[in-house]
Amino acid sequence: MNAPVATTAPPPSSTSGSLLSKLEIDVRMLGMLAALAVIWVGFDLLSGGVFLTPRNLWNLSVQTASVAIMATGMVLVIVTRNIDLSVGAILGVTGMVIGVAQVQWLPAYLGLEHWLTAPLAVLLALVVGGSIGLFQGWLIAYLGIPSFIVTLGGLLVWRGAAWWVTTGQTVAPMDTRFKAFGGGVEGALGATATWIIAAVACGLIIVGLGLSRRRRLSFGFPVRPGWADAVIALVACGTVLAAATIANSYPMPMGTARAWAEARGIAWPEGGLFIPQGVALPVLIAVIVGLVMTFIATRRRFGRYVFAIGGNPEAAELSGINTRWTLMKVFGFMGLLCGISACISTARLNAATNAAGTLDELYVIASAVIGGTSLAGGIGTIAGAMLGALVMQSLQSGMVLLGVDTPLQNIVVGAVLVLAVWVDGVYRRRIK
Amino acid sequence: MQTNGTTPLVEMRNISIAFGGIKAVDDVSIDLRPGEVVGLLGHNGAGKSTLIKILSGAYRPDTGEIYVNGQHADISTPRDAKRFGIETIYQTLALADNIDAAGNIFLGREVLTPYGTLDDATMEAETRKVMARLNPHFRRFKEPVKALSGGQRQSVAIARAIYFNARVLIMDEPTAALGPAETQQVADLVLQLKKEGIGIFLISHDIHDVFGLADRVSVMKNGKLVGSANVQDVTQDEVLGMIILGKCPPGATPGPGAS
Repeated sequence: MNAPVATTAPPPSSTSGSLLSKLEIDVRMLGMLAALAVIWVGFDLLSGGVFLTPRNLWNLSVQTASVAIMATGMVLVIVTRNIDLSVGAILGVTGMVIGVAQVQWLPAYLGLEHWLTAPLAVLLALVVGGSIGLFQGWLIAYLGIPSFIVTLGGLLVWRGAAWWVTTGQTVAPMDTRFKAFGGGVEGALGATATWIIAAVACGLIIVGLGLSRRRRLSFGFPVRPGWADAVIALVACGTVLAAATIANSYPMPMGTARAWAEARGIAWPEGGLFIPQGVALPVLIAVIVGLVMTFIATRRRFGRYVFAIGGNPEAAELSGINTRWTLMKVFGFMGLLCGISACISTARLNAATNAAGTLDELYVIASAVIGGTSLAGGIGTIAGAMLGALVMQSLQSGMVLLGVDTPLQNIVVGAVLVLAVWVDGVYRRRIK
Repeated sequence: MQTNGTTPLVEMRNISIAFGGIKAVDDVSIDLRPGEVVGLLGHNGAGKSTLIKILSGAYRPDTGEIYVNGQHADISTPRDAKRFGIETIYQTLALADNIDAAGNIFLGREVLTPYGTLDDATMEAETRKVMARLNPHFRRFKEPVKALSGGQRQSVAIARAIYFNARVLIMDEPTAALGPAETQQVADLVLQLKKEGIGIFLISHDIHDVFGLADRVSVMKNGKLVGSANVQDVTQDEVLGMIILGKCPPGATPGPGAS
């Protein structure tokens, strides 16, 4: 092969990289973790050591789950240069539908507290949320209506629809098994399950790192130095085990524990029982959603197309990508995730109200943006958005702990959003 | 235009397309044979890029037909064009800036693992091979193409076009953004691909570029074909006359746009 003659000098063969580049760690992600650490330690000091307790962290994780799940979908929406303002309203109407289904429709056929009620309710939530998402996606992708308008209309339409389901009445209580999705006593997995999940997660991390390393070596590509892979494995497993330890250090409240013990025929000792809650089901769901969405975004063809559309819509079209169908699916996923979040927030509240999810669209968008998703499209990570959700929720819970008034909370959260985007922009321009 | 007996690799017959009442391409016919380089010349806005976007499947013509190897070809999407072995290097390069070289080269034609996931390792390995041929000093395989220089981006766009065994290559202003050394590289590549029997449409508004490489030229003005000619039969001044005045010299075959 007669290769064209190159005129440029070859670059130095060994790239002199810093520690961070050897570890291939995203500096922005590190910055967010640092910000989160500052927020946590700051609130802990200000609140006299109440913030960094297993109890508060456990509650924080449960409170974050719903918005974090929707934020993973919002990343894909924003990456394609779109926006979805209707997620809170979709959550609201889906929550109402599954609430009524559990309280009125399903008991008519199955009777109250039937074991099928909870799975059917979840399935219904996925179908309702997913259908609404696909429909909006169709309007956006195939009819060419701007997503801002479609979902702004959707915000009003679905919020109105939520009211119509019961003409505004709140529906309660939910099915007992269904309530597990909200965390609480029913949704706490307990110590043993938590340790097993943590151990499996650690195993997967180590196997995954090893496999990807072997694969790169088999192609003769450069790999991270061995110690860097070891450090990453150690940090990742350490984080998982620390989270499991914290979840298992938060016991059930005394009264609940007593009922729990009595139900299992365990004698109630003098000093009470320490029964660890373990990780909460909604948190586990959020983590799994995060992993699945990351897999879809980075390992699947669909994810590659989503980012290509965001990077250069014309190029994506010219490459033969079915950009419309891809876009419609992105909104379908968003609706599906709203359905999952509807289960969590309805179960957590143990009631379906037509106001559920109000203003969630703003928190979800803010989480994605704080998490490094660029509104110009093409850039964003699932993990970043979930971390963004945690940052937002940490600020809010922290201020609640300190007794800050709601108006001031909003002012702080709003200011932090603007500040975060500004800092991110400055950082981006500097590395360019 | 029947200059010799071989079946044209590609023939576009009587192509017209209008945007909002303006005829961007008006009854244009051009053809291309294996191993031939045809220069498509004309001012900015003459309709060259539009014509070529019809061939690459980005636009559908209002009227006219496309034949590939003498067979009628229905090209209505970029995917159709690629199936016929027609690859395009766009003037804008059409790269997704946020994705790395391998991702761009295989965009829309990803290699998958047996589990249906992206086989990034294989794609990177193939990218390293094809880039070694085009730009031996290219090392930035892991970075988004936004971080690359103009010449490197050009190499990625070219690699995408030639990797999938193109039989027809459309190059829209391939050297517009390049320095002298890189322009020479592209010229070398054109000659090499020509030797391999690939037919190339070279679109340019610079006739010096084209005269050195093309076997024939076709000139467009205001959406119409002024004429086509073998490069030996016309002078550069005559071709300039075709571009500017629409005047067809004796050595060329006049088209509908000749004045």
